[in-house]
Amino acid sequence: MPDLPELAAANSAPDPWASLNSFTAARIALGRSGTSVPLREALAFKLAHAHARDAVYSVLDNAQLMNELLELQLPLVQVHSRAATRQEYLQRPDLGRQLAEDSRAQLMGQAAGGRDLVVVLADGLSATAVNSHVLPLLRLLVPALRQASFQLGPLVLAEQARVALGDEVGHLLQARLVLVLIGERPGLSAPDSLGAYFTHGPQPGLTDEARNCVSNIRPEGLGYEAAAAKLFFLLAEARRRQLSGVRLKDDFGLLAEGSKS
Amino acid sequence: MSYRHTIGVRTYQFADLKALLVRASPLRAGDVLAGVAAATYEERVAAQYALADVPLRNFLSETLVPYEQDEVTRLIIDTHDAGAFAPLAHFTVGELRDWLVSDAADGLTLAALAAGLTPEMVAAVSKLLRNQELIAVARRIEVVTRFRNTLGLRGHLATRLQPNHPTDDLRGIAASLVDGLLYGSGDAVLGINPATDNVRVLSDLLRMLDGVRQQYEIPTQTCVLCHVTTTLDLIGRGAPVDLAFQSIAGTEAANRSFGISLSLLQEAWEATLALGRGTLGHNVMYFETGQGSALSANAHHGLDQQTCEARAYAVARHYRPLLVNSVVGFIGPEYLYDGKQIIRAALEDHFCGKLLGLPMGVDVCYTNHAEADQDDMDNLLTLLGVAGCNFIMGVPGADDIMLGYQSTSFHDALYLRRVLGLRPAPEFAAWLAQQGIFDESGRQLPATAAQLLKQLPPALRP
Repeated sequence: MPDLPELAAANSAPDPWASLNSFTAARIALGRSGTSVPLREALAFKLAHAHARDAVYSVLDNAQLMNELLELQLPLVQVHSRAATRQEYLQRPDLGRQLAEDSRAQLMGQAAGGRDLVVVLADGLSATAVNSHVLPLLRLLVPALRQASFQLGPLVLAEQARVALGDEVGHLLQARLVLVLIGERPGLSAPDSLGAYFTHGPQPGLTDEARNCVSNIRPEGLGYEAAAAKLFFLLAEARRRQLSGVRLKDDFGLLAEGSKS
Repeated sequence: MSYRHTIGVRTYQFADLKALLVRASPLRAGDVLAGVAAATYEERVAAQYALADVPLRNFLSETLVPYEQDEVTRLIIDTHDAGAFAPLAHFTVGELRDWLVSDAADGLTLAALAAGLTPEMVAAVSKLLRNQELIAVARRIEVVTRFRNTLGLRGHLATRLQPNHPTDDLRGIAASLVDGLLYGSGDAVLGINPATDNVRVLSDLLRMLDGVRQQYEIPTQTCVLCHVTTTLDLIGRGAPVDLAFQSIAGTEAANRSFGISLSLLQEAWEATLALGRGTLGHNVMYFETGQGSALSANAHHGLDQQTCEARAYAVARHYRPLLVNSVVGFIGPEYLYDGKQIIRAALEDHFCGKLLGLPMGVDVCYTNHAEADQDDMDNLLTLLGVAGCNFIMGVPGADDIMLGYQSTSFHDALYLRRVLGLRPAPEFAAWLAQQGIFDESGRQLPATAAQLLKQLPPALRP
C-alpha cells in the first residue's frame, strides 16, 4: 500500500458574498466542502432543530407557573384536553380541541355570569413558550385590563391543548371573551414563540375566521410591552364592538391564519 | 355496488368503490383522523386483494364524488379520452399493476395512455405498488414543459429558487436570490412566497425578480406565489407576470375553501397566456397540491387523502402547467406523521402526477412537529432523483425563515446532481457555464469566478 502524503484540510470558508448576511436571517453564503454544507453550519442547523424538537415535547411547568401566577390574584384552574399523550395530540388535532370529561365537569362547576374575559394558558406546540413568556406578558396586561374595568374569570392552565379548546373553556365559564396564550409551532429560528388568540362569544365549533391572532410574542420578536399594548387595545375594541375575527381584522389586519400559499 | 374478499373464515365487505379505496390505502395519519382508514393490517390487505379485481371501467361508471355535486368529477368524466383508454379498457386494477411494472410499459406507451387514465384509476393502482415500483414506473415517463427554458428532460433536475423573507424585504430576498443563483439554483422558477397579499408589495417583488432576470439574462421564469385573483389584479396593473400560481385540491368544495373554481383558473390561464411572455413555450401555470388539503377543508367526501390528491392532478393537467409540485410534508403530522409516511406519500404523488402526464416536482419537506429530520429528507431526495422528479425546491440552508419549515437546500440539489449525474435545464446549464458558476461538466466552480459578483442587483448595492 503506497504512502499517502499528508492531506490538505478541505477549504470550507464562507462564501465571498458573506456580507449579504446583513440583509437577511436566511442561511446564505454557507460555503461548502464538495457539495456538502460545512460542518459548523450543519451542526448549527442540527442544534436549531434539536431546540425545536425539544420544544414540541416540552411540558407545562405547572408547579412553577401556579406559584408565579399567584401574584396576579386570579383563581387558577388546571384542565386537560381529550388527547392523552403528545403522540395522540400531534395526530389528532380534533382531540386537542375538546376538554376531557373531568375537566369539563370541573369548569361547569365554576360557571358564573358577568365575566368579560377568561385567559387560557395552553401548551400548544411549545410549552417552553408558555413557561417563559406568560408571566411577564400578564404582569403588563392584567393590570391594564383591571384598570379598564374588565371582569376577569379564572386563569386556566390547559395541557395537550389546541387554540380552539379555549372556545369550550370560555363557553363553560360564560365569558364574553376568551384569550388563549399558546406555544406556537417552533421554527428553527424560534422554539419559544407565544401566540395570542382571542374570540368574542366563544362556543365550541367556531373556526379561524371567528378569532384574531397576535403572534411571535417573545423578547426577540414582538416584545412583552408591545404585545400587551396591542392585546389590550384589541380586547377593548372586541368588548366594545362585541365581535372578533374577520370583521375586526378588516380594520387591524390580524386574522388567525397560516398556510404555504 | 359492493366488493368483498375472504381471508380464511373472515369475509371483508366493502360497501362501494370509495370504501374499498380508503381501506386499501397505505396507513397514514390523515386517513385515521378522517376515520376512514382500515381498522386492521389484515383489512387493508383484504381491500387491496379486492381492489385488484375491480375492472378499470367501473371507475367511469361509479364516481366517488357525485357528478352532479362536484365540478372536478365533471371535469374528469367529461374530458376522459375513451380512445386513449381503449387499449386498457379490458384491464382490472391488478392487471394494470402487472402491466405497468412489465417491460412493455415504456415511456412512449405510458404517455399515450395518460389521457385515458382517470386520477381514481391511478390512485387505485398506486395502492398496489411498493415504493420501488412507484419509482421504477415513474422513471420511464418524461414530461417536458417550456416557458423560457426546457424542463423535465431525462437526465435533468431543475430547482425552484425560493428566496422567502418574513417581511418581504426586497434586499433580504435579493440576498437569498443571489446566493441561490451562485449555487446554480433557479431553473424551474425564481419563486417567492410572499408574507403579505398587498398588491403594491407584490408588484414590487415581481419587478425586482424580473429586473434580476433581465440584468443577468437568465433563461428562466419568475413568480410571486399569490392567489390567482391577486395575479389577475397584478396583470391588470401591468406587472411583469410570467406564471400564474395557485394551490389546488381534488374536490370542488376544497377548491372553494381556497377561493377558486375551474372557471376562475380558466380566466387566470387565459389572461397569463395572453401576455405572451414565454419564449420557448406556453406553459404558464404553476400549481401546488398536497395530501390532506381536502380533509383540512372538511371537503374530502369520505375519500382517502391520496385519492383526493390524485384528483387535484386532473384539475392541474387541464391547464397544461409548467410546474406542479406536491408540498408533501408541509401540511403537518396530523396528515403525514413521520418520515416513512412522508416518503411514501411523495413517491405516490410523483408517480400519480407523472402517469397523468404532469410535470411533477416535489417540495421535499417537513415541519418541526413531524417525526422527521434531514436524514429522512436525504432519503426522499435521493429516491425522487432516481424516480426522475422534474424539480425540487432550493431554500438557503434548507431553512425557510418565512414559512417556518425545512425544505431542500441549494447544496442538496448539488448533491443529487452529482451522485446521479443529473444536469440543470440545458439553457440554464449554458448560462451557469457562461457566468462562471459551473464548469462545462456541471461542477460548481470556486465562487470568486462568478460574473454575477462583479455587479450585484441594484437592491443590494450600497
